[in-house]
Amino acid sequence: MNEATNPSPPLAALLELTHRCPLQCPYCSNPLELERAKGELSTAEWLRVLDEAAELGILQVHFSGGEPAVRRDLPDLVAHARKIGLYSNLITSGVTLDQPKVARLKEAGLDHVQLSIQDVDHQTAAFIANYPGVQGKKLAFARMVKEAGLPLTINAVINRHNITRVERMIDLAVALGAGRVEMAHAQYYGWAIKNRAALMPTLEQVHEASRHVDSARERLRGQIVIDYVLPDYYARQPKACMGGWGRQFLNITPSGEVLPCHAAQTIPGLVFESVRHKPLGEIWASSPAFERFRGTDWMPDLCRTCDQREVDWGGCRCQALAVVGDAAATDPACALSPKNAALRALADDAASQPPPDFVYRRMTPHDSKAALVTTTS
Amino acid sequence: MTIPPLSSEARPGLAPGVRLTFDKARDRWVVLAPERVLVPDETALEILQRCDGAKQVDAIIDELATAYSADRSEIEHDVKDLLASLIEKRIVTA
Repeated sequence: MNEATNPSPPLAALLELTHRCPLQCPYCSNPLELERAKGELSTAEWLRVLDEAAELGILQVHFSGGEPAVRRDLPDLVAHARKIGLYSNLITSGVTLDQPKVARLKEAGLDHVQLSIQDVDHQTAAFIANYPGVQGKKLAFARMVKEAGLPLTINAVINRHNITRVERMIDLAVALGAGRVEMAHAQYYGWAIKNRAALMPTLEQVHEASRHVDSARERLRGQIVIDYVLPDYYARQPKACMGGWGRQFLNITPSGEVLPCHAAQTIPGLVFESVRHKPLGEIWASSPAFERFRGTDWMPDLCRTCDQREVDWGGCRCQALAVVGDAAATDPACALSPKNAALRALADDAASQPPPDFVYRRMTPHDSKAALVTTTS
Repeated sequence: MTIPPLSSEARPGLAPGVRLTFDKARDRWVVLAPERVLVPDETALEILQRCDGAKQVDAIIDELATAYSADRSEIEHDVKDLLASLIEKRIVTA
């Protein structure tokens, strides 16, 4: 069935309040062209977006970024979400929040905090985030979250620099009192694809990490929920990216553009609409960018005739574009894709070389030049 | 780690970060948890609605056995099974 004409409402929205962030992780999911503070939606606009989200049937909102806590109106947005019945999750680096701010978020009715870590090793963590002392700040923040009585998830992006410490990261999450830990292999779009060779582990390392996750699951049953995201480049089956394009999830950028996934802006020819000009419900139902890959009608024959078409929904469009050069192609993570072997070769190749330097996530060169002019004048 | 069997005296409640709420857009009850939305079936909903952190497992079983005029041992089995699995998933604490 084609869902394009009457999509069921989304379950969740990722709200990127800002692209500003004190960390510079080389696998950041933000686009290479980061949005500037002056283009961000105002408090009043975000409050209206929350109303429209609840009305549309969204149940959970994830306040994300960049670092969402650099927005001073974060507690007001959380309070409003709570008031209108939305479940709110804060996805944070933790380095800008102190105890009074955490208490304010708890009071505002925040449901859950997701704290990213880069590693258990302090030095590598600082190297990945390009932020000296980052781990100490994160550990202190995790304690504040628990003291405030907020439930905590720890998440980490697995890459070649931290992959041998996956089990120790899970143990750290337990020690910090997290109820859930998410260990996700890097997904190669945006900044991560720029840093693919610097991040890619070997297949052997991936197998080893997976074994450690399995044994941690057995050892920690009932103590912590472990979510493990497998690496696409070594996969034989694609993931149901976003639960299917335009099926369950939407993403709103700092300036209000509504995307089917956070990397969708890499796909040429897609036109995104903004909450500044249209109600969210209307964008969800009829925006051409959402309709483009919704359902199964858009699929190439290989996928449209496959019995997995409503399981993986064709996998990831951004990955098809990045690796095959065509966003409408079969996801190369699928063993049936003619490009599956090429994808694997890209990974093997990258992982077999010594890691190059990171290209850290920063504002564009144009922006840094502008800053330089200001500071020297 | 092995999970201890659920005692009849335990007082199950929703875990921190978990909310049972009515989803108006879809006309159904849902459990909202970190990165998860679960849709309970009728039996699960009846049990979850009684997980208030005060009521004992025994009392929940009694209430449901009466409400459904069902065999108590059968209900006990269902309730304890479901609660054990929800505790493991950290939807419920006891």
